[in-house]
Amino acid sequence: MAHIKLLNEELPGIVGLLNYRPETGKPLTDLAEILLRGPSSLSSGEREIIAASVSYWNGCHFCHTSHAAAAAAHLKSGLSLIDDIKAGLPQTPVSDKLRALLHIAHQVQRNGKNVTDEDIIEAHEFGATDIEIHDTVLIAAAFCMYNRYVDGLGTWAPGPNEAYAEMGERMAHVGYGKF
Amino acid sequence: MPHINLPKEYPGIRSLFMFRPETAAPLNHLVQTLLHNPHPSLSAGERELIATYVSGLNTCKYCCSIHGAIAQHQLGNNAELVKQVLDNPDTAPISSKLKTLLKIAAKVQSGGKNVTKADIDLARNEGATDIEIHDAVLTSAAFCMYNRYVDGLATWQPDDAALYDKMGEQRAREGYFTPPFKVTEQLVNNDR
Repeated sequence: MAHIKLLNEELPGIVGLLNYRPETGKPLTDLAEILLRGPSSLSSGEREIIAASVSYWNGCHFCHTSHAAAAAAHLKSGLSLIDDIKAGLPQTPVSDKLRALLHIAHQVQRNGKNVTDEDIIEAHEFGATDIEIHDTVLIAAAFCMYNRYVDGLGTWAPGPNEAYAEMGERMAHVGYGKF
Repeated sequence: MPHINLPKEYPGIRSLFMFRPETAAPLNHLVQTLLHNPHPSLSAGERELIATYVSGLNTCKYCCSIHGAIAQHQLGNNAELVKQVLDNPDTAPISSKLKTLLKIAAKVQSGGKNVTKADIDLARNEGATDIEIHDAVLTSAAFCMYNRYVDGLATWQPDDAALYDKMGEQRAREGYFTPPFKVTEQLVNNDR
């Protein structure tokens, strides 16, 4: 049970929180929509992989599994992607550029100051643009927020990967704040 | 030097907002809602203290300095109080309720799962409402984002208490939606 009395206790993870406080729910969903589904030279699948990886590193089961399911829906990879993200993506074709961006995201997840000049140079060498680096840092930072919000209020989350399949499809193809 | 090519006339998150207005809009809307808009029970000064304290825990100089300055201006220009909260909330002259909310905020900063039922019960016993607990958690979480964003792109974070005071005074009065001033211009105008 969540640490506070939600309006609808059947809604899992962040969904119950967005519903509880729509004043803050609106900018939170607007941000996710722009970062993960807005116009970008990174595909939505790539951006959802960054979001899901950061959530896994933060130990947030709901955000990791739901965003990995959204990545799987974009990439039509099947739900095995959820566990592959935990393992560092050994079974998923990932460009060198995305690997370099994931490394930057991991540095941000620990603390913003951990990002080094070398990390940025490497990402540039693999073709990352300033906007892509910016968006990677902000996605990683934003999930350090969403994850703490979801876990800090003790929300409930479905266990098995399969329970997230439909949610992932809707996140990918309907969008944030639209369901 | 910042990791990406940012406008040079603006420090900290302001340079990032100028660089990417599409993401600036919800980020600004969120901070305005959490810290400045009318709240059922927490004052703007109390909410700014939570933001300042978490930014201090994350060692983000820009966010800690600017929100400390905003808090100071929201709290009757009491710089000493902001300093006391940053040093040790337990001994600072703030309400017992705010102390328990700062404790929850610190737990969230170290990891959301670190918040225990005992932390929540402590806050409730001091009169904290569900909305206050919710907002303390989200404010702390949000500053774990803003701080990483500002530090992760190595934005310009000046060492200039007078500058933070001026920016803080403006934000305390106007909120977060008005345009920021150019810092180089100000430095020239102030004949520094």
